[in-house]
Amino acid sequence: MAHTTEPTPVVRALYHDDDVLISAVKEIRAAGYKISEVYTPFPVHGLDKAMGLKETRIAMAAFMYGVLGLTVAVTLTWFMMISDWPQNIGGKPNLNWGMNMPAFVPILFELTVFFAAHLMVWTYLIINGLYPGADAQNPDPRTTDDYFMVELPAADGLVDVLKKSGAVEIAEA
Amino acid sequence: MHYESPVRQPLILGDKSYNQITEDVVRPIENAAPRSWWVVFSIALVMFLWGVGSLAYTVGTGIGVWGLNKTVGWAWDITNFVWWVGIGHAGTLISAVLLLFRQRWRMAINRSAEAMTIFSVIQAGLFPVFHMGRVWMAYWVLPIPNQFGSLWVNFNSPLLWDVFAISTYLTVSVVFWYVGLIPDFAMVRDRAVNPVQKHIYKVLSFGWGGKAKAWQRFEEVSLVLAGLATPLVLSVHTIVSMDFATSVIPGWHTTIFPPYFVAGAIFSGFAMVQTLLLIVRKVFKMEDYITIQHIEMMNIIIMVTGSIVGVAYITELFIAWYSGVEYEQYAFLNRATGPYWWAYWSMMTCNVFSPQFMWFKKLRTNLVFTFVISIVVNIGMWFERFVIIVTSLHRDYLPSSWSMFSPSFVDVGIFVGTIGFFFVLFLLYARTFPVIAQAELKTILKTSGEAQKKHHSDHGAHH
Repeated sequence: MAHTTEPTPVVRALYHDDDVLISAVKEIRAAGYKISEVYTPFPVHGLDKAMGLKETRIAMAAFMYGVLGLTVAVTLTWFMMISDWPQNIGGKPNLNWGMNMPAFVPILFELTVFFAAHLMVWTYLIINGLYPGADAQNPDPRTTDDYFMVELPAADGLVDVLKKSGAVEIAEA
Repeated sequence: MHYESPVRQPLILGDKSYNQITEDVVRPIENAAPRSWWVVFSIALVMFLWGVGSLAYTVGTGIGVWGLNKTVGWAWDITNFVWWVGIGHAGTLISAVLLLFRQRWRMAINRSAEAMTIFSVIQAGLFPVFHMGRVWMAYWVLPIPNQFGSLWVNFNSPLLWDVFAISTYLTVSVVFWYVGLIPDFAMVRDRAVNPVQKHIYKVLSFGWGGKAKAWQRFEEVSLVLAGLATPLVLSVHTIVSMDFATSVIPGWHTTIFPPYFVAGAIFSGFAMVQTLLLIVRKVFKMEDYITIQHIEMMNIIIMVTGSIVGVAYITELFIAWYSGVEYEQYAFLNRATGPYWWAYWSMMTCNVFSPQFMWFKKLRTNLVFTFVISIVVNIGMWFERFVIIVTSLHRDYLPSSWSMFSPSFVDVGIFVGTIGFFFVLFLLYARTFPVIAQAELKTILKTSGEAQKKHHSDHGAHH
């Protein structure tokens, strides 16, 4: 976070079409301006590439959470059924975890999925700053309907580039 | 860039813009409920309250008030449990499996189908919980230290697998649904005029603003959740079927159960989606989004899964004969010709015979016919579970303990109550939630919108 006394003025340009938006993002970046944020009503395919965003690593996080879930399940079944209180239930082997493992497959699978799905979604909410009652992140309510907004720090000559790129409305704040 | 083969039918009819989609999706939320909504809601509420009364009576007196006896220890409760879980499966199939297969027609129906999943799994969960008798000890199924319950839970038991499968399925379905709902709630929030409404949707939308990075993560999360939900949904009915298949009761102890149950689940679930969506599209005027083509696609799935179920029934009969096991042979002979023959043949007619009409394009694109078949299929699937459970139990190895099952008014009350509860939830959902995943649908407007496709074919694909 920049601790300046005066906030840097930002320019917000609204577009009314996703194809225009993509080409505008490319033009703006080609002209040497840095885009700080783009708000869209739906996932516009190719926008992340046009903006130069890195790929998300959330799928890798989900995999790690799944491994964690599997580990928890193995520990849980081993401790309860083999170590802490072994019982002969229905003649099924309980001497060691390996022999009893086939009966644990459903539990191992379910807990893997449970951990992967829930922890991934929690991660997703946290890194996006989403929580119940949070203030709307989009500065203009029209960007959840049919407008697309590009937000970038004010700079010389920027407005002309934006106008030329097809912006229907430009505001400085 | 937005080209799609003209052979493909448009998925969004009429000349829609992004804004028009928004308007159409929020209409049921922003306008007052039609009178028909109140009528249906009141009926559902009365049914629900009847169910609450029946459950209270069950808990207060004990499950002896049900029609169970010492021979038939599982009947309507487990029948209803399996039936409701099965219905839930179509929602996940539509949102997860069709996402992995990149079927765009899912986008208009996945929101409601997932809602149906969640609401029906809630109904399903009630039955095993109340069948415990002393529901206040329901926490004994959780893996908690011995001081809190009797002993550690038994991870060898399919009934415990069920606890894990159903709770994972319910909670993962809820988060999958909610991740998709967040951007749509934000859309409703940004339009709301009434301050109370605006505040509610502000809370629900978690502050979503549609940032580019958030959308990128959104798509990745949806894909991974779909990848997790696909094996999950198959595991759930597999595990439900193991409640039966791992026992030594003739008629239950068969290896065909997991795939057979999963096919049946998808079959009944799609039928329920049809029932609900045919009403939703009519009442909320969504005909441009939930088109005849969508209905037809679902009818084809009903036909295919219905035929799979038919093959499974016949395989079961063949294997019973081929196994040479007398008890197994008698169980199936008794199903088809014994005192419950009417249940068996209702099942056969509804599940195997009725979906075959869908081979005819005229019939599978006929809305009234589809509606009737969708209800027939769900009746048939209820009978399937009843036949499997009750006919296998009522005449087992010991003829001196053979008996019959007849439901008590409490059994009926609880079942009717869950139907009421399901519709109460669904009707409330339909009035307050965006019933179509509008953000997702907007992504296919340019490729699959009727006007947009026509524009392409008139002007050629120049880009």
